[in-house]
Amino acid sequence: METFEEISPADFFYRNRDIAGFTSPARAIFSSVRELVENSLDASDLSGIPPEIYVRLSNEDSEETPLEVGVYRLRVVDNGSGIPARHIPSAFGQVLFGSKYKLRQARGTFGLGGTMAILYGQITTHKPVEVKSSTGTSKTYEYKLAIDIQRNRPIILDRKIRINKERWRGTIVDFCLEGDYFRAMPKILEYLKQTAVVTPYANIKFVDPKGRLYVFTRATTKVPPAPEETLPHPYGVDVEVIQRLIRVTDCKNMVDFMQNHFHRVGENISLSFLEFAGFIKSEDPMNLKHEDVVKLVQTMKAVKKFSESLGDVNPEKIESLIQTTQSRNMLDFMTTYFPKVDRNIILRLLQAAGFMKTKDPNKLKPEEIVKLVQMMKKFNGFLPPDASCLSPLGEELLEAGILKELKPEFIAVFQRKPSTYSGHPFVVETAIAYGGNIPKKEEIIVYRFANRIPLLYDEASDVSVKVIKSMNWRRYKVTPDMPLAILVHMCSTKVPYKTVGKEFIADRPEVNAEVLNGIREVARQLQRYLTKQEYVEKERKRLSVFSRYLPKIAKFSTDLARKKEEPNIELLLRSVKKLEED
Amino acid sequence: MKKIESLAKERRREVVKNLRKFGARLYDQMDNGVFPWIKMPSRSIDNIFYSPELRQYILGDKTVRRSARNIRHIRPFTQLVWGGYFASELVGQRKTSTLRDVYYSAQAYDMSFKDQPESNSIVTDLETVTGFSREDFNVFPEERSAIFGDLTIEYTVPGYEGKQLNLMSHPDGVMIGPALTSAEFIKTRADKVIAIEKGGLFTRFIEERVHKKFNALLVLTAGQAPRATRHFIHRLNGELHLPVFIFTDGDPWGMHIAMVIISGSANAAHLRELTTPDAKWSGVWATDIVDYKLPSDALTEVDIKRLHELEKDPRYKGELWQREIEKFLSIKKKAEQEAFSRYGLTYIVDEYLPTKLKETE
Repeated sequence: METFEEISPADFFYRNRDIAGFTSPARAIFSSVRELVENSLDASDLSGIPPEIYVRLSNEDSEETPLEVGVYRLRVVDNGSGIPARHIPSAFGQVLFGSKYKLRQARGTFGLGGTMAILYGQITTHKPVEVKSSTGTSKTYEYKLAIDIQRNRPIILDRKIRINKERWRGTIVDFCLEGDYFRAMPKILEYLKQTAVVTPYANIKFVDPKGRLYVFTRATTKVPPAPEETLPHPYGVDVEVIQRLIRVTDCKNMVDFMQNHFHRVGENISLSFLEFAGFIKSEDPMNLKHEDVVKLVQTMKAVKKFSESLGDVNPEKIESLIQTTQSRNMLDFMTTYFPKVDRNIILRLLQAAGFMKTKDPNKLKPEEIVKLVQMMKKFNGFLPPDASCLSPLGEELLEAGILKELKPEFIAVFQRKPSTYSGHPFVVETAIAYGGNIPKKEEIIVYRFANRIPLLYDEASDVSVKVIKSMNWRRYKVTPDMPLAILVHMCSTKVPYKTVGKEFIADRPEVNAEVLNGIREVARQLQRYLTKQEYVEKERKRLSVFSRYLPKIAKFSTDLARKKEEPNIELLLRSVKKLEED
Repeated sequence: MKKIESLAKERRREVVKNLRKFGARLYDQMDNGVFPWIKMPSRSIDNIFYSPELRQYILGDKTVRRSARNIRHIRPFTQLVWGGYFASELVGQRKTSTLRDVYYSAQAYDMSFKDQPESNSIVTDLETVTGFSREDFNVFPEERSAIFGDLTIEYTVPGYEGKQLNLMSHPDGVMIGPALTSAEFIKTRADKVIAIEKGGLFTRFIEERVHKKFNALLVLTAGQAPRATRHFIHRLNGELHLPVFIFTDGDPWGMHIAMVIISGSANAAHLRELTTPDAKWSGVWATDIVDYKLPSDALTEVDIKRLHELEKDPRYKGELWQREIEKFLSIKKKAEQEAFSRYGLTYIVDEYLPTKLKETE
């Protein structure tokens, strides 16, 4: 007989580690370094203090023959916000636990990567992870942890609390894993270099298994402002999100629910959406008692716009209208008899006077939730999401990062205005770097970043590469052999990755358009620069032609005319130069 | 005798004076703070006209202005000034040179020509600006032709001044080189000039004593006559009043060799004294091929195309030319001078030559 069993998230990822980027020993060691460095940078970004990251990879197999695959110890030290003591075991011993389920731009999205690395270390070396952290209080906490894979629970093997005299703050993670450093080395170094480009305010040190030290020094201490948390935008939610919100909400009606749990939804928009979606029922006018009519008139008079446009409204008049009307609900009634008044004002009025009812969100039926989500996508009265929850690097920092790591001759950077796709705000930043230390390659070098993470794999599938390939570069005076690098940074609360491995950005029309416009902008700046260079070069050549030939004409004609002294041609040469300055 | 020497000297002095004037003009322009410039007749095709009076090509009224202020002009301008300087050196030191030589000599002055045609075109510019031909600047062609016959000349080149030579003294003929070109004519008993395209026939004529039998000076053009040879023929015709008869192969190319001696080329439209308008093309004609039943080859496509070009050429307006072109086109045949050998080696001298001389007298 067939048996059915439930598996835990840890178990799931244990069985499917490919999808999280742990396909081979080389890839695993790269992914581990990357996930822990990204966690450290995220922790620093929240604290607003320029990050100091120290990464060390050392050989655990003592005096071994240099095997391709071996056991390495990975240690990552940061000066970030630190993890509160009670969360440390779960943060490192439980898959899908983390602080990243809120809607805020962060490098990690799934609360998966760091723990996944530790999980991988555990299954390949059977050794525990050691974590030390402090949030800058008087104590530091040290844990020795293992993961109970089947139950997705941390197992605390040891725990020490120490006095934190220096008020050190940060986190240290130290664990062993099987890996292939020498295959992974180029990618790891490239990853650190690109991280340094996009995090120019970080100091990153890396000691590799051979004891070689790589230092990426910060170019600025200016840290971009931390992104704010944000509510989900109605365009970006699904049934599951609504259900979760219903579970936690205190709101007793849909108007409040919409207002309190969604991004940029106020009373007005909430009302008009609910009316559009059919989630509002207004009273039948026939059911109004005298005191209800009195209350309605009072409310009407209290609303300034209403009283201005109506003059004298009294309960008797309303009551006589009610007697004759065909309308079977108040909204219809009010809009029929007060056609000059804005529909939204009537909605608010009826809401305030209590003649409109919406459901208690807790009592929505499953089919109603589905309808709500569908209507959210159809309604076009929602405001676009704002970008306060995003933290693009900014042109100044981007330029600093590129200048320090790539050392180009020319650079142009550009930050696009925030845009949205499917309710998710995003900002695209682009840069173009030319000449200097940029190597000449057959194709344009592309550096791709998403939420300040370098994307190193599957370049060909990325939207940026597609956009770059689709452009007519000759229009920008770019020829195939030029030393040219293009950088595209996309920030979003939800980067449209195609895979869990965070390798490339999917080709969404909105994203495509932003990337295209961003690259065009910097390409135009490059074109202007190249045009100017061309002009300067042409002028230089032109001048050199005159200063080469004019003295010869002077000499030969002097000899030919049998004169003793050559004519003074300084004036002529200077007049040619003068033209250049015009 | 005195007079002859002074003529050559006079010519040299004139050339040097002209070049000096050219230099002084540029010098003064620069001295006045002006970018040096020159104006000269345009040699573009739309400014080359055939002059029926002069019976040669001439340049029209269009001029071009070349200025050192212009970035595209300054390099050829400098080359031109250098060319003038180099020419004045040659003439002053009485040294001769060739076009190839000019090309290489430039490098000694840190001047460079991209290729031979560029250097040649600068020499032509210098001719146009000064009105003298390159032989006047002592720049002579590589190709050499020869002359044989009873003409006494006197050299003017250094080391040979005053020395005389009768051009019958060597049986291979005397090369028409710089020394002969600049020599003065002293005396002759000949009463005509016969120009011959090919070396073989030239030698045959000497062997058969054509010069005696017909009292003629024999000139070997060796294909298309070099400019020095054309100038030499011009002088024989002009100074000694000798009629000129030209014998070439019977094809469009031979015909054109004769025509260039008679009416010159478009390339030399800026120069005079290279043509001999009264010279006669005596054969081999297309009609001769028929009349003498000469062994012949079929005309090629290129030959026919050339004939159609010549048909429209203003120099070929004359009745004889049009008739022969038409004949070539109708018989579609051509014949070489040597074709007469089918009637024996002396037939051409004994029968053909006297007939033709008489016919074209």
